[in-house]
Amino acid sequence: MKILVLIGNVPDTTTKIKFNADNTAIDASGVQWIINPWDELALTRAIELKEAHGAAIEKIVVANVGRSETEATLRKALAVGADEAIRIDADPLDALYVATQLAAVAADYDLILAGIENADYNGTAVGGMLAELLNRKSVSAVSGIDLEGDLLKISREIDGGAQQLSMSLPLLAVVQKGIAKEPRIPAMRGIMMARKKPLNVIAAADAEALTAFEYFELPPAKAACKMVEEDQAASLIRILHEEAKVL
Amino acid sequence: MSSSNYTALDYFELDELLSEEHKIIRSSIREWVNKSVKPIIEDYAQRAKFPLHLFKEMGELGAFGPYLPEQYGCAGLDQMAYGLIMQELERGDSGIRSAASVQSSLVMYPIYTFGSEEQRQHYLPRLAKGELIGCFGLTEPNHGSNPGGMETRLRDAGDHVILNGAKMWITNSAIADIAVVWAKDEQGIIRGLIVEKGMKGFTAPETHGKWSLRASITGELVFDEVKVPKANLLPNIKGLKGPMMCLNSARYGIAWGAVGAALDCYDAALRYSLERKQFNKPLAAFQLQQKKLAEAATEITKAQLMAWRLGMLRNDDKATPGQISMAKRNNVAMALNVAHETRQILGAMGITGDFPMMRHMMNLESVITYEGTHDIHLLITGNDLTGISAFV
Ligand SMILES: Cc1cc2nc3c(=O)[nH]c(=O)nc-3n(C[C@H](O)[C@H](O)[C@H](O)COP(=O)(O)OP(=O)(O)OC[C@H]3O[C@@H](n4cnc5c(N)ncnc54)[C@H](O)[C@@H]3O)c2cc1C
Repeated sequence: MKILVLIGNVPDTTTKIKFNADNTAIDASGVQWIINPWDELALTRAIELKEAHGAAIEKIVVANVGRSETEATLRKALAVGADEAIRIDADPLDALYVATQLAAVAADYDLILAGIENADYNGTAVGGMLAELLNRKSVSAVSGIDLEGDLLKISREIDGGAQQLSMSLPLLAVVQKGIAKEPRIPAMRGIMMARKKPLNVIAAADAEALTAFEYFELPPAKAACKMVEEDQAASLIRILHEEAKVL
Repeated sequence: MSSSNYTALDYFELDELLSEEHKIIRSSIREWVNKSVKPIIEDYAQRAKFPLHLFKEMGELGAFGPYLPEQYGCAGLDQMAYGLIMQELERGDSGIRSAASVQSSLVMYPIYTFGSEEQRQHYLPRLAKGELIGCFGLTEPNHGSNPGGMETRLRDAGDHVILNGAKMWITNSAIADIAVVWAKDEQGIIRGLIVEKGMKGFTAPETHGKWSLRASITGELVFDEVKVPKANLLPNIKGLKGPMMCLNSARYGIAWGAVGAALDCYDAALRYSLERKQFNKPLAAFQLQQKKLAEAATEITKAQLMAWRLGMLRNDDKATPGQISMAKRNNVAMALNVAHETRQILGAMGITGDFPMMRHMMNLESVITYEGTHDIHLLITGNDLTGISAFV
């Protein structure tokens, strides 16, 4: 069995986001890039499965649609335990565009793991679109996955409980938190071994983005907070009435 | 996944001088420090306990002997990688970095460099994994800055040697499985040997009551007629050059490590000074506080560049002991000063364990003393510049 894990390259979740002059793109200067947290968990689970089931899993490949800057992120994925990486050389314009690019390389894999969302633009569509393009069954909001013989045992969170499924391959699973405990920190030997693992760069397929970003906005700055002493109820009511105009 | 607010100062865009791989290495260790060291270290330091479980974790990460070859279970990385690992570990705590320095530069390095093939294969893979803990015995009660005067002796007894003497101020002593010990033979020549825990007559009592490196174990090594097989002698080195080569490697790591401690203090102080208000203004708005921050940033930047350049020289096997002394001395003093100045920015908060400055500051008092004191490194530089030794 071959596993493909989709890897998004996103700004570190603690980054203070700035935009370019006309607010049409993130200003990438000074941004630390990381593996999209959900994808990182998916990769962690793939590695756990390989460790637990050994020979049943032939290899784990990670794939990203991005320019050469994203290779550091792919190297990190190789350092934690992926066997090979694929970079499709294109800007990830929108979900359909990315899914179309991935469809060109993904058909060979028995199990495809996609994160439930991407931490940059909160996109959630790539996994589902890719399954559709590959004409393959998919399951979403997966929070547990294990291998039993030829079948995958899958658990999903549903309203008020959990659902257990047994599914055959090939399959695309869109995974969420809970799929693996904690992402792994690449060890020094893994980092060194990652040097020798293949990172294949593939030219982009012909495809068109169907959406475009117009502009971005930051949430409004938090208004200053006015403190009223505890015994000043009258003054609080006056402020709410005259200044905040909510009474 | 990162969860800390820590931002490393990189005022001169040093990152551009590092490879992608170096940055992955740095972020790995940084992440581990955020996850495993930062949340517990203050408590261990307060209780004067070494977090022993971290030893195994560092082994799994590959933080021990990272520049030694893969065939011995190491990562085969370069000197820059080693420096970055030390920097990140010491951002956590100098005691954690000390444990890694000793294991890497003072135990694995001499076994690799001066040891036999059997010794390498026997010890290095387990030392790399953190399954074995090592320590390094050079300093003695009567001989610190002048180790050449050591009194510890070994005498030939057929297939083994008999070791007598005592070492003091030894990092990891009480928890070590093996000790790389330097002693004089009957001809007065300094030899290195590997002494194992459990050998009859060998004890390693811990030294208590330290105000510095509280999360690191320091102690003695006492040898009373210890029978050590000759196979445990390091065959490929004789003389003071042996321990000095080890110290060069460790001191290089300290030059980076000190930068880590300083970065941690600077980062905490910068964030605090932007949030804390007095006289209706953030502390950071006052010139006196800006002076402290600006000077800290300047000194850290200089120290970073020095450490980086020294790493390049070491990669080319060109770094001289004089250069290493200069960098160790400068960077440790810089870090101690930054810890001191940034602590004041926090006022009373700065003396608590909620912030790292006091711990770093106290730790750095050891770092400025061990591996050659601040004075001794100055004398080494002076000697190097003038050709005249001013030691005696
Ligand atoms: C926490 C800790 C951990 C340590 N870990 C280890 C370890 O793992 N292994 C190990 O072998 N050692 C270790 N050491 C020992 C350390 O290397 C020594 O403390 C150091 O070399 C200084 O020796 P000393 O303490 O005997 O000071 P001394 O040599 O007595 O020096 C005292 C003072 O005199 C000054 N001085 C000495 N000679 C001269 C001179 N010629 N001219 C001018 N001034 C001079 C020194 O600079 C210093 O200020 C450790 C020390 C500490 C504090």
